Amino acid sequence: MMLTPGNLLFALCAVVCLAGALTTITAQNPIRGAMGLLATIFGIAGLFLKLRAEFLTAIQLIVYAGAVVVLFVFVLMLLGADARAPARSGRSGGSRLLGAALFVLTIVLALVSVGRQQGKPTALGPVRPGHGSVEAVGSLLFSDGIFAFELATALLIVAVVGAIAVARSRQGSVRRKKLIRTPRDLFGGPLHPRDGRPLGSEGAE
Amino acid sequence: MSSLSDTLEHYVLLSTLIFTIGGVGFLVRRNVLVQLMSIELMLNSVNLLLVAFNRVHGENMNGQMFAFFIIAVAAAEVAVGLAIILSYYRLKSTVYTDEADLMRH
Repeated sequence: MMLTPGNLLFALCAVVCLAGALTTITAQNPIRGAMGLLATIFGIAGLFLKLRAEFLTAIQLIVYAGAVVVLFVFVLMLLGADARAPARSGRSGGSRLLGAALFVLTIVLALVSVGRQQGKPTALGPVRPGHGSVEAVGSLLFSDGIFAFELATALLIVAVVGAIAVARSRQGSVRRKKLIRTPRDLFGGPLHPRDGRPLGSEGAE
Repeated sequence: MSSLSDTLEHYVLLSTLIFTIGGVGFLVRRNVLVQLMSIELMLNSVNLLLVAFNRVHGENMNGQMFAFFIIAVAAAEVAVGLAIILSYYRLKSTVYTDEADLMRH
């Protein structure tokens, strides 16, 4: 196993990915978890670069590191200390741990069953120049994937409108509604020339 | 001979590890924000797998196109998911999934 720059990049990105992923799921403070997710995203972006996917590297950094993680941090800041308060329920985590253990067992068995098939490792072959460039992926997106691309735009606009509709607080619309107690609220009468209040309201107080 | 970064198996192994960590995080943690981050980890590992297999079959770029659409869907999912979490927090003043037992009994 040689120490080439490519191998060094792969090892570095793999370690960053795994450390970030472990930080994400073990950190008690979710802000720390979001930073772990950020590390994983950067590591995977580096691996995309290694795999000759320059366009996806840029998209990964812009969309995930630039939008998704920032959105997570916004929500964590909005919730404040409640996001990391310990759960009140005394329910045991036994069933949860059992589920996680079964999940890990499934993955390990799948890896073992794949690894038992003897054979030489699949080498990453040569690719055409321009593989994964913005131009190549963009022309593919606008020829073969044009229908899915348009559907993705519709999905994104629906998601954004839906997010606004779900997250909007109902108090704002109540506060904006004008309270009508007396007829004077309904028909704005003449205003006092000095302080702008409705004429005749001094006597009412 | 087989260089570390030039075989598909290393990418498959790394992707599987990240997917497993994400799945365990989703199953074990109770904070719904951390669970959403675990889902992001799993989606990212699948993206890595798609791009690695696309690197082996280098004559087309359909795998990268799929990864692009997965990123778009993940962004939409995060936007809606965080909106639902905010709405749920307004309702119950907590972000822990154990408290979400309104339809349990």
